[in-house]
Amino acid sequence: MTGFRRSVATVADPLLARRSFDLLAVTMAFVVLVHATHLPWWLTLSLAVLLGARWWQRRRGGRNAPTWLKLPLIGLLLGAVIAQNGTLFGREPGSAFAVGLLVLKLLESEHRRDARVGVAFACFALMSALLFDQGLVATVVVSLGIVPALATLRSLEEIDPQSTPWSREFTPVLIALLAAVPLSLFAFLFVPRLSSPLWGTPQDNQAKVGLSNQLSPGEMLDIMTDDTPAMRVTVDGGTLPPGARYFRAFTMQVFDGTAWRPSFRGTRRPPALVETARTIRYQASLEPTHDRVVPMLDLPLSAPPGVRIRPDQTAVADRPIDETLAFSATAATAYRLEASLDEGVRAENLRLPPKTGPRARALAASWAQRYGSDHAAIAAAALALFHDDFSYSLAAPPLGRDRIDDFLFGTREGYCEHFASSFTFLMRAAGLPARVVTGYQGGYWNASGRYLLVRHSDAHAWSEVWLDGRGWVRFDPTGAVRPERVQLGAAAAAAGHGAGDGLFDMAWLRDLRNRWDIVNQWWNQGVIGFDALRQQGLLQPFGVPRAEVSDLALVFAIGCALLAAAALGWALFQRREGDALDAWMRRLQRKLARAGVLRRAGEGPKHYLARAARALPGHRNALERLSGLYLRSRYGHDEPPPESVAEFGRAVKELKPRRVVK
Amino acid sequence: MLASAQRVVAWAERRLPSLTRLRQREPLPILLHRRRIYIVPTAFGVGFAILLAVMLVGSLNYSNNAALVLTCLLGASTAGSMLVAFRVLNGLTIGGLRAGTARAGETIRVSLDIGASQRDRMAVRLDVAQREFVFAVPGGRSTTIEFDLPTEFRGWLDLPRMRVHSRWPFGMFRAWSWLNPDRAVLVYPRPEALGPKPYEPEGDADRGRPRPGDELAALREYRPGDPRRQIAWKLSARHHGLLVKDLEQPAPQEDWRLDWDGMHGLDDESRIARLARWVDEARESGRRWSLRLPDGYFDIAQGDEHYHRCMTALALRP
Repeated sequence: MTGFRRSVATVADPLLARRSFDLLAVTMAFVVLVHATHLPWWLTLSLAVLLGARWWQRRRGGRNAPTWLKLPLIGLLLGAVIAQNGTLFGREPGSAFAVGLLVLKLLESEHRRDARVGVAFACFALMSALLFDQGLVATVVVSLGIVPALATLRSLEEIDPQSTPWSREFTPVLIALLAAVPLSLFAFLFVPRLSSPLWGTPQDNQAKVGLSNQLSPGEMLDIMTDDTPAMRVTVDGGTLPPGARYFRAFTMQVFDGTAWRPSFRGTRRPPALVETARTIRYQASLEPTHDRVVPMLDLPLSAPPGVRIRPDQTAVADRPIDETLAFSATAATAYRLEASLDEGVRAENLRLPPKTGPRARALAASWAQRYGSDHAAIAAAALALFHDDFSYSLAAPPLGRDRIDDFLFGTREGYCEHFASSFTFLMRAAGLPARVVTGYQGGYWNASGRYLLVRHSDAHAWSEVWLDGRGWVRFDPTGAVRPERVQLGAAAAAAGHGAGDGLFDMAWLRDLRNRWDIVNQWWNQGVIGFDALRQQGLLQPFGVPRAEVSDLALVFAIGCALLAAAALGWALFQRREGDALDAWMRRLQRKLARAGVLRRAGEGPKHYLARAARALPGHRNALERLSGLYLRSRYGHDEPPPESVAEFGRAVKELKPRRVVK
Repeated sequence: MLASAQRVVAWAERRLPSLTRLRQREPLPILLHRRRIYIVPTAFGVGFAILLAVMLVGSLNYSNNAALVLTCLLGASTAGSMLVAFRVLNGLTIGGLRAGTARAGETIRVSLDIGASQRDRMAVRLDVAQREFVFAVPGGRSTTIEFDLPTEFRGWLDLPRMRVHSRWPFGMFRAWSWLNPDRAVLVYPRPEALGPKPYEPEGDADRGRPRPGDELAALREYRPGDPRRQIAWKLSARHHGLLVKDLEQPAPQEDWRLDWDGMHGLDDESRIARLARWVDEARESGRRWSLRLPDGYFDIAQGDEHYHRCMTALALRP
């Protein structure tokens, strides 16, 4: 043993070492970075400048900022946040204020205590970044923020923080983080979820995403250029044929000449009668829309808990969908909906705004005269009209005052909104009850993930016409104009038409996006959508149909105990010193100790075994042999030869000492 | 009842040594192992746990699973640091006690070797004598800690109770173990500040006898009567006559014969203090001395060894 003399007597609370301070600054810079996506740019910039200035100032030997500087800065921050948001409460202003305070904390961080408070607060600020984005990338990036935070704490404990090279500063913490993954995974699965919140969730006036509850000019175009995922659908038993990929969100009965809206009558009457011929079961996860409507596969038959189906077969949730909603439901692909139509409903679905579309009315009247009561033929005539003379374009020319006539007899170029709107108008004018349905249609079938990805850009509008004896029948006039829209989806339909191209045109990029979406789908379903309901089903494979909180707590406790035992095993594990001969000697010592002969501290083997031989006269010969063997193997060679070690081992095994009764 | 309580205490002492300060004294070297290392969260650890609880409730309330993942990860990694703190202390050996010399009232310098057979141990802390020492112990080697203990009385000074602890790695948990080694260091008596010279016998037989010193001063011609062993034979061979090494004679000093019973009218402590001063002075002035105590006699001699023998005997006077 060589003497190693380096000890430092510590003072109560020393100044932060430069390395510790640097790490603290890195931690805080990381927090500012993860919040940069939603902070106002000028706030991010000024916080970054402030952070950099403080770092530079301390590097030059400066000490903490005086109060006359800190107080105005806090006031400035408060003023800026309130000026930006109007209030201090809520998600955006709250997080902006917290991040600002965190950076200001750095101004007065001089001691170990300040650094600890700063790190704890930084962890909290990291979490608040996840209120804005729960995506996979965001979660991973934010979780990486733990690394500099813990590295700061570690550096506070180091004797000489400066002596650690920067490259080795983060590795131990990363290892600790990786080692913590099993326990945290387990905790994530089994920490009982709250079925209802303890206090009100923040009412953020978040913009509603996705479909709007009216079909007005240009409304559809906004959403059709939005490539973000809307929902993902897996079907029990394989794929969903392209023609069946209709997701119903709204039905609209009221037309004012410009826009279509749902009628309130639709929600109050008794539910419509549905006769089904073929049903399928599917699972879907719906991205948050901050709206209550739930697009469901046409025609929805059953709804998940918390969602109800209205008489027009659209579904609404009890609460706005602020988190990813995962559900499973059934839908009918062959059905008869509302075979007998109530008079009031029939009248509502025939009503036309006065003075709109005189030429369209005349055309419809001529069809009605020609085909008489063959309503299906009237609809077919309208579809044929669209098919022959109309073209599909997202860059539709603007329409005049009379939207219907202008489109049908003027521009003849448009997209689903125009087709559904004018088709429904024509049907009503011809005396057929008809309504507009909006929702999603199509989607991308992800073959490797075996699910259908529906994007907001797959938003669609179509028509339903009530036919005698067949009930409401879906007609998609857009499909008559451009079958690819229905068969291949919005991207295919828009290809080559200017307005729609963009990222979708690049095949490799699309491929990459679709692959990446599998990961997102997995994340959304497995992590984000893991709620109280899914947690209850966690123990189903083990025969517990509905896991109560007590069951979960029990499993959690058992699992934690097992993991803790494994960790303790690691902590207590110590490499035994010495070689195989030492191991056998230890075994011999244990045997002799049971017989009452304890080896004293510092007692040599020869003396010890001689003493044992005196104490156990019955084993004198064996012990003397053992002593000789040991001494020969240990001191006769540089390394104990294996065969003599083995011989010693055999002799130890054979020795069965018994306590001597004195 | 009392007997059973005693049994419990005895059991605790046996099974949970060093949990309490009642820990009995134990021989060095001390090996720290799992039965004598205890862990509690520090104030910062408790604060951090409260923060984690707030984060947990918040993420559950807003059913924000991403935040829950973050909270779980943070909680699991910091909880694991408890075991790291334990591993810092587990397997440390404390031994190798060495002490300097000090007279009562001065501080005595004591050093301890703290060793680890495996693994580097970071940021081990030792609380002793109202100070905290922080040091690293490299695996397979040992670190020496030096500290000063205040002394008050002569004689054996028991080593104080010490605490080895560590907050490594994140400062959230403190692992500790109390040490109570059964070793003592010797404190010499405090010499009196002022006092008379010792009695110097006048007609001493030794006085004036030429005594060779150690230093070679010069060579000179042989004069009859010079001792034979002072003749420089080799050098003389190259000369006509014999050359004699003239050894420098230190200034002749009186030898001191210090005697416990030679002092009258003094109590024991005053005698010890006076004898200590005389021994000190004799050593500083380079003279020889002898010391007679009621239970022992140290014959006339000089040098460090003689000094320490005399001082030890004085320190240990009852």
